[in-house]
Amino acid sequence: MSDNQPLPDTIKSLPWPEQYKALSESAQAPVLKAFYEAGCVSENTPVSEVAMVALDFETTGLDAEAHSIVSIGLVPFTLDAVLLNQAKHWIVRPRLPLHQTSVTFHGITHADISDAPDLSEILEEVFASLNGRIPVVHYRHIERPFLNVALQYRLDEGIRFPLIDTMAIEAYLHPDRQPSFFKRLVGGEPISIRLGDSRKRYGLPHYAAHNALVDAIATAELLQAQIQHHFSPQTPIGDLWL
Amino acid sequence: MQAELIDIRNHLIQHAPFDEMPEELVNELTANIEISYVRAGTQITETGQTSTRMYYVRSGAVEIFRRSGELYNRIGEGEIFGQFGLLMRGQVRFPARALEDSLLYRITAETFHYLFENDENFADFVEIEDRSRLRSAVSRREKSNALMTSRVNRLISRETVSAPTTVRLQEAARIMTDQGVSALLLMDEECGGTCDRERLVGIITDRDLRTRAVTEALPSETPVSDIMTTGLITIRASSYVFEAMLTMLHNNVHHLPVIDGDEVRGVIALADIVRYESQSSLYLVSNIFHQQDVKALKKISKDVRDSFVRMVNEDANSHMIGSAMAGIGRSFTQRLLELGEEKLGPPPVPYCFMALGSMARDEQLVVTDQDNAMILDNSFVPEEHDEYFLALAKFVSDGLAQCGYTYCTGDIMATNPKWRQPLKVWRDYFTDWIENPKAVALLNSNIFFDLDGIYGRTEYAEELKALVAQKASSSQLFLTLMARNALNRTPPLGFFRTFVLEEDGKHQKTFNLKRRGTAPLSDLIRIHALASGSQAQNSFERLKSIGKTKLIMEDDLSNLRDALEFISIVRIRHQALALEAGEEPDNNVRPEDLSPFERSHLKDAFQVVSNAQKFLRFRYNSQATRHV
Repeated sequence: MSDNQPLPDTIKSLPWPEQYKALSESAQAPVLKAFYEAGCVSENTPVSEVAMVALDFETTGLDAEAHSIVSIGLVPFTLDAVLLNQAKHWIVRPRLPLHQTSVTFHGITHADISDAPDLSEILEEVFASLNGRIPVVHYRHIERPFLNVALQYRLDEGIRFPLIDTMAIEAYLHPDRQPSFFKRLVGGEPISIRLGDSRKRYGLPHYAAHNALVDAIATAELLQAQIQHHFSPQTPIGDLWL
Repeated sequence: MQAELIDIRNHLIQHAPFDEMPEELVNELTANIEISYVRAGTQITETGQTSTRMYYVRSGAVEIFRRSGELYNRIGEGEIFGQFGLLMRGQVRFPARALEDSLLYRITAETFHYLFENDENFADFVEIEDRSRLRSAVSRREKSNALMTSRVNRLISRETVSAPTTVRLQEAARIMTDQGVSALLLMDEECGGTCDRERLVGIITDRDLRTRAVTEALPSETPVSDIMTTGLITIRASSYVFEAMLTMLHNNVHHLPVIDGDEVRGVIALADIVRYESQSSLYLVSNIFHQQDVKALKKISKDVRDSFVRMVNEDANSHMIGSAMAGIGRSFTQRLLELGEEKLGPPPVPYCFMALGSMARDEQLVVTDQDNAMILDNSFVPEEHDEYFLALAKFVSDGLAQCGYTYCTGDIMATNPKWRQPLKVWRDYFTDWIENPKAVALLNSNIFFDLDGIYGRTEYAEELKALVAQKASSSQLFLTLMARNALNRTPPLGFFRTFVLEEDGKHQKTFNLKRRGTAPLSDLIRIHALASGSQAQNSFERLKSIGKTKLIMEDDLSNLRDALEFISIVRIRHQALALEAGEEPDNNVRPEDLSPFERSHLKDAFQVVSNAQKFLRFRYNSQATRHV
């Protein structure tokens, strides 16, 4: 998160529902005002009752300050169902030039983005899917900081929200991912908590394609599996979000 | 649909009924799917619940139960469940529970009904249950081969060319040349033109003119009736082209008069059929008869496998392929007998060369050994004649081995003196097998109950067929013991509708499609056919004649026919794939090498075999002697 517009610590330390309330009053941009006004569930809410949205960005690099968003995929879901009829995918024009290395990774080329809109043109649509839902990502250091920086840049104000990180859940479940010297001797292998490898542990299928939407769907499925294997539908959302 | 959802769509379209769904509909379906992960043991639907959706298993496995709690089915990747409750717009009919951690694609009632209204194939698929689905799988496959959908009358392109039997050779040749035909039908004139219709009595072909008239230097004034072929093999106008092909293959004729009721509609020739099947197995058959020695036969035997693969790729059904391969095998045998007689001189007494087992049933494939025997005339005197017949049998058997038909490991070949006997001895053999049956002895003589005379005095073989048909149906003990033997081999289906696997020679977990599928099926069909007094040898023909006796219900007969066709065609395809990959074909299949479509229909087919075996046990009061 950027500190261009420092928030008083009194607001930052509020529980998320109250924080949203306070932020809805201070936010200037209509999209952000509406986002906070849609509210946030209390931390005691069982995860089975929480509306969530799996979110994935493809970016030109890993540093939110230096790189840009190239595409956005999202799919609203609950513990019960991932709703493909509400799935969305956008390609956006990055502020910074595409690097060849990132092209080979996400497959989005210069031709794809030359006619693509700037993020500011699709913000309302994106937020229509985010409002009232708790975002779920795999690796929390991409989507939240990139969205924050992008909004700072375009609206002159950042964004704050809690999210669930399926990679953090895997990290928590597998604290000793690197096998000891002795374990390696007897064939122990390091445990990967990358999206595809994590999914494999739950018997989830391999997806051939890599785009923001497929990864968002894959993340939503992974969270459903994690909750059913290691938590319960009654687990309070406050135990899961970060 | 978002283009990014293509991964999900691509999974759907690999599986029925989505594989044949129009693209726009699959896209709409994909865009409306709900994905749900369930852990092993989760109850997905419960009896009495309102049905709100159908499910597609993306990964994992689900068990379906009857109301009674009894396991009904196990559903795996790419299969659907929950459709019946939706169709009745009511309650869950079969409760479902996750057997493994599963990812399910849920199809809402709204989407389901939309697909149901807009895709006939989808509607058909979800409406029918396993066994009827097997039927549509078989018929859908057969619809794609022109030989199986076109009727013989479409091949007739001209008026019938005929002449009275009284015309002379020269005149007959002139008519054929003028009309540009290769065969001339010969009509009886005995009613002196007073009756409306002439009677078809014979045929001569340009080959007859060449081989019989010209080479034997017959005077041109010879009446055609002297050289014409009588006892004609004909085909009905409403028959399918493939039936005409089978008839030609089986009888080694190149022309078939087409009959419609009493009326002769025309003649179809080999060339008419070859037009349908570009590189016909019929070509191979006629080619066999042009070879002058064993070496030349061996050379063209390499084409047999190509011919097999081609038929598989042209979507021929198992009856066509089995008959074509048997026809080819029969032709090799016949040609070898001709060559043998040329070498050894004419036989001292008449004889019949007999095919046994799959060749007699017209159900031969590419991996096959030779099973044959000789019926000698009753005037046979071993001391005087057997040296000749042993030499002939050995010539044929060695020749067949050269051409890829390996020696029979059970020594059921005419080279074995036991199976080279006069007709009266054969009558005693069969009488003894049927009237004094012993289970173990019957196990070894099973193969003799599929028999077909293929050369020489084939009427001897017909006599044996008649004897079997007459005696078998009235010997209860014989049928009971035959049934007991037939129950020794069971389909590879476990309690959970899973495949029961065995380790094959290559140490892979497989099941054997012949030993566990087609063989138990043809065994049980044989027994019902014997009980019905049928003389048919081919399993499909046997099913037809069983149907006439009402021994088995029409529905069960159709199920047996579909199961036999499906298992056979999977086995055939398995062998064709091996041949194309340059491997030696066998009958051992790994479940993972089958498509989900094949896996699911195979289970249905094996279920039919299993039910039919239960009926066989009940009907003939048999318990299996051992379980393999």
